[in-house]
Amino acid sequence: MREREEGSGKREAGRAEAEDLGLSSASQFPLPASRFPLPAIRMVGIDKSFGAIQANRGASLEVLPGEIHALVGENGAGKSTLMRVLGGLMKPDAGKVEVNGRDVTGWSTNDAIAAGIGIVHQHFMLVPTLTVAENLVLGCEPKTRGIVLDYDQAAQDVRQLSSETGLVIEPERLISDLSVGEAQRVEILKVLFRGARILVLDEPTAVLSPPEVRELWTVLRRLREKGDTIVLITHRLDEVVDLSDTITVMRAGQTVARIKTSETTPAEIARLMVGREVSLSAGKRVQPLGRPIPAEPGRGLTVQNLSIVGSRGIRVVDDVSFNVKPGEILGIAGVEGNGQTELIEAIAGLRPVAKGQILIDGVEITRRSVANRHDAGLSHIPEDRHRRGLIMEYTVGDNLILGLQKHFSKNGIIDGGRVMEHAIEEISTFDIRPPNPLLAARTLSGGNQQKVVVAREMGRTFSVLLASQPTRGVDVGAIEFIHQELLAARAEGKAILLVSAELNEVLALSDRIAVMYRGKLAVVMPTADATEEKLGEYMIGTKKGNAA
Amino acid sequence: MTASSAPIPGQKFSSAPPPWREHAEEALIPPLVALLVALICGDLLILSYGQSPAAVYRLLLEGTWGNAYGFGQVLYKATTLAFTGLAVSFGLRAGLFNIGGESQLAAGGFAAALTGLVLPAATPLALALPLCMLAAGLAGGVVGSVPAYLKTRFGAHEVIVTIMLNFIVLALLNWFIAGHLHVPETLHTPEIHAGVLPRLSDINPTFHGSAANLALVVAILVAVVVWFYLFRARGGYDLRAVGLQPDAAEYGGISVRRVWLRALTLSGVIAGMGGINYVLGYKHYYEDGFASGAGFLGIAVALVGRNHPFGVLLAAFFFATLSQGGLAIHAFVPKQMMDVLQGVVIIAVAMAVPEVTRILRSARRRSDA
Repeated sequence: MREREEGSGKREAGRAEAEDLGLSSASQFPLPASRFPLPAIRMVGIDKSFGAIQANRGASLEVLPGEIHALVGENGAGKSTLMRVLGGLMKPDAGKVEVNGRDVTGWSTNDAIAAGIGIVHQHFMLVPTLTVAENLVLGCEPKTRGIVLDYDQAAQDVRQLSSETGLVIEPERLISDLSVGEAQRVEILKVLFRGARILVLDEPTAVLSPPEVRELWTVLRRLREKGDTIVLITHRLDEVVDLSDTITVMRAGQTVARIKTSETTPAEIARLMVGREVSLSAGKRVQPLGRPIPAEPGRGLTVQNLSIVGSRGIRVVDDVSFNVKPGEILGIAGVEGNGQTELIEAIAGLRPVAKGQILIDGVEITRRSVANRHDAGLSHIPEDRHRRGLIMEYTVGDNLILGLQKHFSKNGIIDGGRVMEHAIEEISTFDIRPPNPLLAARTLSGGNQQKVVVAREMGRTFSVLLASQPTRGVDVGAIEFIHQELLAARAEGKAILLVSAELNEVLALSDRIAVMYRGKLAVVMPTADATEEKLGEYMIGTKKGNAA
Repeated sequence: MTASSAPIPGQKFSSAPPPWREHAEEALIPPLVALLVALICGDLLILSYGQSPAAVYRLLLEGTWGNAYGFGQVLYKATTLAFTGLAVSFGLRAGLFNIGGESQLAAGGFAAALTGLVLPAATPLALALPLCMLAAGLAGGVVGSVPAYLKTRFGAHEVIVTIMLNFIVLALLNWFIAGHLHVPETLHTPEIHAGVLPRLSDINPTFHGSAANLALVVAILVAVVVWFYLFRARGGYDLRAVGLQPDAAEYGGISVRRVWLRALTLSGVIAGMGGINYVLGYKHYYEDGFASGAGFLGIAVALVGRNHPFGVLLAAFFFATLSQGGLAIHAFVPKQMMDVLQGVVIIAVAMAVPEVTRILRSARRRSDA
């Protein structure tokens, strides 16, 4: 009886897998399962949802022992959720997890650690006031006579592991004295110390400088030689191509492909990551405006030699110059994390500028306040509506005046009647549902929340618009609508800076396209000359730019 | 407006209850559940003491709301708590924890007493009262502005600074009183010449003997002003935005630092004004240590009142009842039991409110689906 149940479970799992296969062409799936009967990790048909959000929808993953496997996908594609399921931090709603051939679905974190799975998180989980050795032995301390921490033993253990793996670090140093790269080495040592043979690294290079990245690569290759299995979560394609043996691509909670690195190109990976499902405007190109806006010098947005220093003292935006003319959309493409966020925040006044100038219609605003920039004609659709764009507990009506408070108040008192009229007008213009200005923004769906932001930012008087990921997490109908609005604003002679992770969106809306790579504009080209392949090469840095 | 708010054809309207009802539910049900939990705990406490809960509660009600004197005492105690509760809740609306109510209240009372001493006895109340109140508010505001400045200028955490400032300010006041201003053999100032607030018993003799005075009316007025500021004024829009989502507020052109500075200072002003209840309304002098406990209890009042000005008034009344009721039931159970019950209420609110709100919301989602 029991066996039969298990058997049918397998068949079901097999079906789910077959469905996954259906998502991509067969050639991308050299399924190794038959040749290697015991994959180190095998996850099939994983479903996991949080409330209304489905983070994983039948996702699958297969990693062979002794390989470096890259798990790639855009933010929110479900990579981290899948890894949390693997690590026992979450239980899947459906699906099956096997480690070394053993069914471990729904296990606990302790089980996962005991089975040799070690997850190195993006954010370090180290005690800064303790030494390296103390951190490593935390929870499994060697003790003399069962009571006193045997510090020398701990330090010796750490040294030995250090020399075996090439993760060189002095066991006596305090965590708080370490650089980020060194702290990460300690994190990796920590999981190895607990006997991990399957390592999962979540965005390990996000915080590292290029030399630190090279060191990390050396270590990971050495671990592979030792026979360890490594899963590398990343969305930087150059890393994937550099290091991995095989690649799993995820998009929107599903596994869309499993590819051998040697048999693919970065352009193909990028295409799979970004996907074609929402490409309703793929292949479309904007026509140049019939009646060009007279090019008065200095109108629009001008950025000159802008540099921004990030939290770690690294230049996240490095000497960037460009201008956006009235009636023009300049699209910025690029893999996320190459400085786009910082660039937009600096122009919006939310991040200090290290060097350079920002001008709106010829007026310098580099050090002005946010409110001052609004007055100068700046409007901004922020990339993160939950954090910046909306106050979730405020009503839709109140959110529609965020940043416009002073225009809706007299003698310091907000004119509730006018707020209401304004809300009702914007709600019907932008078809925000449910059409009730008194609902808290929190209660709206993601698409309608974004419409509130777009309605507010496009409804005000402005001459320059920053549109950052304007259609992220928005349904297809709303995407089309927001695109129409952006094009209408362009026709009215607004200067629009568009940043989007959706290559198709950038291609469909922009007059010119810039690619941002490692804090610089790698290239600026007219959209007519741009193709996905061309842009892709600049995005992953295989082609270096012409632009300063 | 009625025309344009009419349903747009073809749009699906959700069957969810109107937002105001949702609002009211979330505002009222969780604290009521918490109260129920606290009552049950109270029952158990009383039973464990070998008394009948019904008898004790009856006595408690008789001693507080049941007679004019007791009720007057409740109102008197509620007045100070209303000021300190409003002060804490005002700060919390901006995301700031003002633990300095204790010293701000004392400083306010001291300033009110000083003003009352300096003014000639012939000053009419219509002039003396605003001056004394202004002085009280100013003194509280000065104490409140110190953590505000340190936070916005140096990033010092307001909790630490306000706690430390309590010690400093209270010690300074003690030194002033003990060294310079006290009536011999006591730790209080001489009686003030001007600014004495009428007691309720002057208006309605049944309140005879109770300390309740017109500072109560001032407290209610302050609550109304705070409500208006928070929910109708642009400053309140900005303040609440900073408290809820500082990043979004910054994006909306609101200066987070300026809001912090304003919120903590005004919080001090409100707490300082609370000093008039004791000084102008009750004893007519400043006495060292008059504020002891009221500043801290204001934190609990703000919590139970859910940071809404009118909720704070209710919570102040409730806590004052418990405190006065402790005296009434002293014969049956020790009055410390009421302190325990106060603690239970605070814990029940802290735990039950988020939990009940979550349950309410998920139940609503289910009924929507």
